[in-house]
Amino acid sequence: MPSQAPKALILRTLGTNCEDETAFALEAAGATTEVVHLNRLIEKPGLLETAQILVVPGGFSYGDDVAAGRIFGQRLRHALQAQLAAFIDGGGYVLGICNGFQVLVELGLLEGLHVPASERQVALTDNESDRYECRWVTLENQNSAASWIEPGTVWPCPVAHAEGKLVATPETVQALEERGQIALRYTSADGSAPEYPELPNGSVGAIAGLCDATGRVLGLMPHPERNVTPWHHPRWTRLPSRDEGEGLALFRGLVAAAARA
Amino acid sequence: MVSSRSDAEASAAVSAAPMALPRAWRIEVFRAPGQADPRGRAIEGLAAELQLEGRLEGVRFGRGFLLPPELSRAAVDEIVSNVLCDPVVDRARLTAPGDAPEVPGGVRRVLAAVMPGVMDPVARSLGRLLHRTGRADQDQIGRVQSFRAHELSGDLTDGDLRQLGQRLLANETIEELHFDEESLGYEQPGGEAQRGPVVVPLLELGDAELLELSRTGQLSLTLIEMRAVQAHYAALGREPLAAELETVAQTWSEHCKHKTLCGIIEVERPDGSKYTIDNLLKSTIAAATHELDRDFCLSVFVDNAGIVHFEGEWAVCFKVETHNHPSAIDPYGGAGTGIGGVIRDILGAGLGAKPIANTNAFFVGPTDLAADDVPKGSLHPRRVLRGVVAGVRDYGNRMGIPTVSGGVWFDKGYVGNPLVYAGTVGLIPASMAQKEVRPGDSIVALGGRTGRDGIHGATFSSIELSEHSETESSHAVQIGDPITEKGVLDVLLAARDAGLYRGVTDCGAGGFSSAVGEMAEGTGAEVWLERVPLKYPGLTSHEVWISEAQERMVLSVPPDKLEALLELCAAEDVEAVEIGRFNDSGRLVLKDGEETVGDMDLEFLHDGTPRPTRHARWTPPELPDPGCPAAADPSKAIVALLGAPNVASREWIIRQYDHEVQGGSVLKPLVGERSDAPGDGAIVQPLRHSRRGLSITCGANPLYGRLDPYAMALAGIDEALRNAVAVGADPDQAAILDNFSWGNCDRPEMLGALVLAAEACQDGALAYRTPFISGKDSLNNEYRVGDQVHSIPHTLLISCMAQVPDVARAVSMDAKQAGNVIYQVGATHPELGGSHWLQELGLDGGTVPRPDLETAPALLRALHAAAAAGKLRACHDLSEGGLGVAAAEMAFGGDLGLELDLTKLPLGELPSGYDPASVALFSESCTRFLVEVEPHACSAFEQHLDGHPVTRLGSVIEAQELRLNLPGGSPCAVPLADLRRSHQSGFQS
Repeated sequence: MPSQAPKALILRTLGTNCEDETAFALEAAGATTEVVHLNRLIEKPGLLETAQILVVPGGFSYGDDVAAGRIFGQRLRHALQAQLAAFIDGGGYVLGICNGFQVLVELGLLEGLHVPASERQVALTDNESDRYECRWVTLENQNSAASWIEPGTVWPCPVAHAEGKLVATPETVQALEERGQIALRYTSADGSAPEYPELPNGSVGAIAGLCDATGRVLGLMPHPERNVTPWHHPRWTRLPSRDEGEGLALFRGLVAAAARA
Repeated sequence: MVSSRSDAEASAAVSAAPMALPRAWRIEVFRAPGQADPRGRAIEGLAAELQLEGRLEGVRFGRGFLLPPELSRAAVDEIVSNVLCDPVVDRARLTAPGDAPEVPGGVRRVLAAVMPGVMDPVARSLGRLLHRTGRADQDQIGRVQSFRAHELSGDLTDGDLRQLGQRLLANETIEELHFDEESLGYEQPGGEAQRGPVVVPLLELGDAELLELSRTGQLSLTLIEMRAVQAHYAALGREPLAAELETVAQTWSEHCKHKTLCGIIEVERPDGSKYTIDNLLKSTIAAATHELDRDFCLSVFVDNAGIVHFEGEWAVCFKVETHNHPSAIDPYGGAGTGIGGVIRDILGAGLGAKPIANTNAFFVGPTDLAADDVPKGSLHPRRVLRGVVAGVRDYGNRMGIPTVSGGVWFDKGYVGNPLVYAGTVGLIPASMAQKEVRPGDSIVALGGRTGRDGIHGATFSSIELSEHSETESSHAVQIGDPITEKGVLDVLLAARDAGLYRGVTDCGAGGFSSAVGEMAEGTGAEVWLERVPLKYPGLTSHEVWISEAQERMVLSVPPDKLEALLELCAAEDVEAVEIGRFNDSGRLVLKDGEETVGDMDLEFLHDGTPRPTRHARWTPPELPDPGCPAAADPSKAIVALLGAPNVASREWIIRQYDHEVQGGSVLKPLVGERSDAPGDGAIVQPLRHSRRGLSITCGANPLYGRLDPYAMALAGIDEALRNAVAVGADPDQAAILDNFSWGNCDRPEMLGALVLAAEACQDGALAYRTPFISGKDSLNNEYRVGDQVHSIPHTLLISCMAQVPDVARAVSMDAKQAGNVIYQVGATHPELGGSHWLQELGLDGGTVPRPDLETAPALLRALHAAAAAGKLRACHDLSEGGLGVAAAEMAFGGDLGLELDLTKLPLGELPSGYDPASVALFSESCTRFLVEVEPHACSAFEQHLDGHPVTRLGSVIEAQELRLNLPGGSPCAVPLADLRRSHQSGFQS
């Protein structure tokens, strides 16, 4: 049984670069954290059993070479597939942010680990603009299997990616919807259907984040860990004094859910 | 999903195919039908700039891979469908070894592949993955290659194809292009390694032959220096070895030694009298720092970066580098390796700092330059700028370092010789600001492997460019590999905290020769070149020694820590090798196996540089004062200035940089209600447990330099500091850097301007009590076309990092609230020389803005006190375009109007020809701000600024317009939409 403070294992490898601020956000939300290199986890998969949350943070794992998240995802499939399946089946939570989301998609965590890479139905690929873009967007939490995310909340968050366009057939989107897997959508400031740049990458259905059917695995392109202090918001100098950024709520929900597990 | 012609068809194609079809599995991955092809579409967009008259209809972009031929068909199929090809968006085309690919009918094909020996990070990552996941053997890792395939449709001529390939699809300096033919090289560079000592006979050479040797060997040594080398070896009674001569050339290069700034200069004053400067850098810029003796300075001018105390146990460091000549030839690779190099400076500062922010500044030719005006051998400024931006983006973003600020300056003077400045700020425990080397320590090379890339970069950067530079110096250009450097960063900081080494430096210009040579100064070293890991065989001993292959650091490791260090590196897949030992011999001995390939006296290497006397004088250009003409329509003039190339929005660049990573962003490069207004400076929060912030700002204005280099330098210092003060930083806790990019200082006029600028740096630093802590000069920024030599404008970049006592009191420049009061702080003088207003009118001459060193430092401190007390709601510095531009930016940034009465500005008695409205609007006098203050805070604010020039100009209004009451004219009003539109109307890509 986890103690009151769940432990989050933050998995890094060559090119990961958001592990520190992600650890900070998780700790601010009440978790304890341990950053571990992929090579260590492969040597000691038992580390997974010490944690309630596994986080794949943002960055450019292996330089985004071949495709973003492809090589990291392939290495996890090769070396840790069974252990990851056991972790999730055992009630563990997984969060993938930005490059971490791309890794979860490659790894098949959102569709099910039994699906081979070549039969994946969901892709994260080049932005419509064909370039890396760093900007703030507005997100709306959906009513999804990830019930630890407060549905209906609309909040600001930055994106920073080149390959964040979610592509899937209408049938797949429909199936995702029915299984409650669409956890986050981009939205516009006035609530209408977002267009570029409010929809920063051209994602089908304005999807910004997906969860698995259990709701315990979540991947999202935006960076909630970059909106946790009072000074992260791009217009904080125009806003009344604040205690924290809106992104912290997501980590708090995750940590609380993991503590209940 | 995988399509391939049948084996029978394939073998039929072999006989008809050219011999150069690669003996490797070839995979080309294109977007599936119906899927968007953003890369192809982006190329179509760029092609609109070429003269294709609609003949290009479409572009499909494909990623190509070559895999070892001995893999089975089934194994390759598996790799394609699980690794190379996305099942949702891609389709792959597989071609058997030696076969020609099955190409769709009616398309023209352009293949681009890096030349042998050029870094191919995708291939490296893929090769390692295939090995790691049991799909390939260890020896097959290096036999994976990548390329790009483009399929173009339309009625294209061969000329069109060639133009598209050469201008958009590849850079032939480092890549090879194939037009409608399918051959691709599939072999690593190599050949027999010609290792061992190589004697270079020079004892018997005459002057002409010495110079010829310097030129053909790309040594870039002058005759006097060659003679000194000759004399040294004559005294030793032997000829030099190649590795020795190369080491001398690298160590004595302008790039490494700063011979001009550290040399002897005889200066002739305008009245004909003369004085002598022994070491300009030491006697001006560094002298000011030492005279100021500020206690926050921990390490200045001695290390890879300047280090100052930040808070508690922490210090911060800052370095800005230039990477001009490589960027002229390959903007993408040059800029990438430029940023990679300055990041390594920070990793090699003290015992190694963590990079926390990147900054950059580019000086390029005008983007609307006619194609005919691009000199032979040069790239169009648009291509330079796009490439440089992409290079900084791809390297900086991958390193996980936020690019928080930057600037671009356009001027015709940079067409043949663009300038690329890249800077990095680091965070380091204050106790780790110093490093040492002890005899007996291991010399450990950490990071990337060594190849033939980048040979002669240090000497190349010390000579002028010419139309032949592209071909002569292509081997001086490298492609960076940020992920290897990220691995270096990760293990280096872990090793630092574990105390596994006691000295570190980066392998920059000159490679090991400079890094080890510098570290061994004062001790001695023996290096074992045979241990250096190589990218491929075939390098000579001295090539291994001087290669500037990227992403390498050199450590000095105590013997009892060596094993732990090597284990740590291996655990994270970072290569580290002991390549020698430091000793107390005072000599630098190079071994390659059993043979000695170099044995040098370190004292000669470091102190043997001849110091000839250079001559300097400067004569101001004789230009009549053009005055300050009135604007026919001030509204239109303001709108026009907002769209001027040097003022217009940089959003298209800024959005491509990750300015948020590391989670420390406090003020972003773009601010305001719509995040579209240019902030005066960025602020980061380096420590999560502390609210102390760090601002990063800069100042530069090359338009001032030709008229008055002394004033230009002072104005640059003032601009960097006032930007810092504008965002809430404390000018009393600021440190600055100097980066000179200048023409050929063998010419007295050029050197005269440099001397004046350096003297201004000294005077400015003393007056503001702001120390320079580091700097770099890049001289010989000239470009030769035929007989004509073109010099760049004198360009001095001043970079500043300053502390913000409490990030909660940071100030942004956008107007906040209707009803608040707007003040101008600082005095407006008739200073229009080099101003944007005169440039807009096509006028030259006039008085260049020059800060008043008596009053400016106190004004900055008073304004900061008001900011620290929370009295400022917004603050914007006045710079290019003067008050007119600043007020407009402040207004549209806040989505609020401003109503300002400029008749209240005390302009004094203006000289004839100076229109008071234009002076009020467009003068670029230094040390001025527009400040927004809440009505209840006005008296407190005015008390803070007591004794300084402060004018209450008006207020923030709800109406969406900029309303101005001008002296001697009628009131004008400009809608915010017009201001915003013009600001967004500049070049975008």
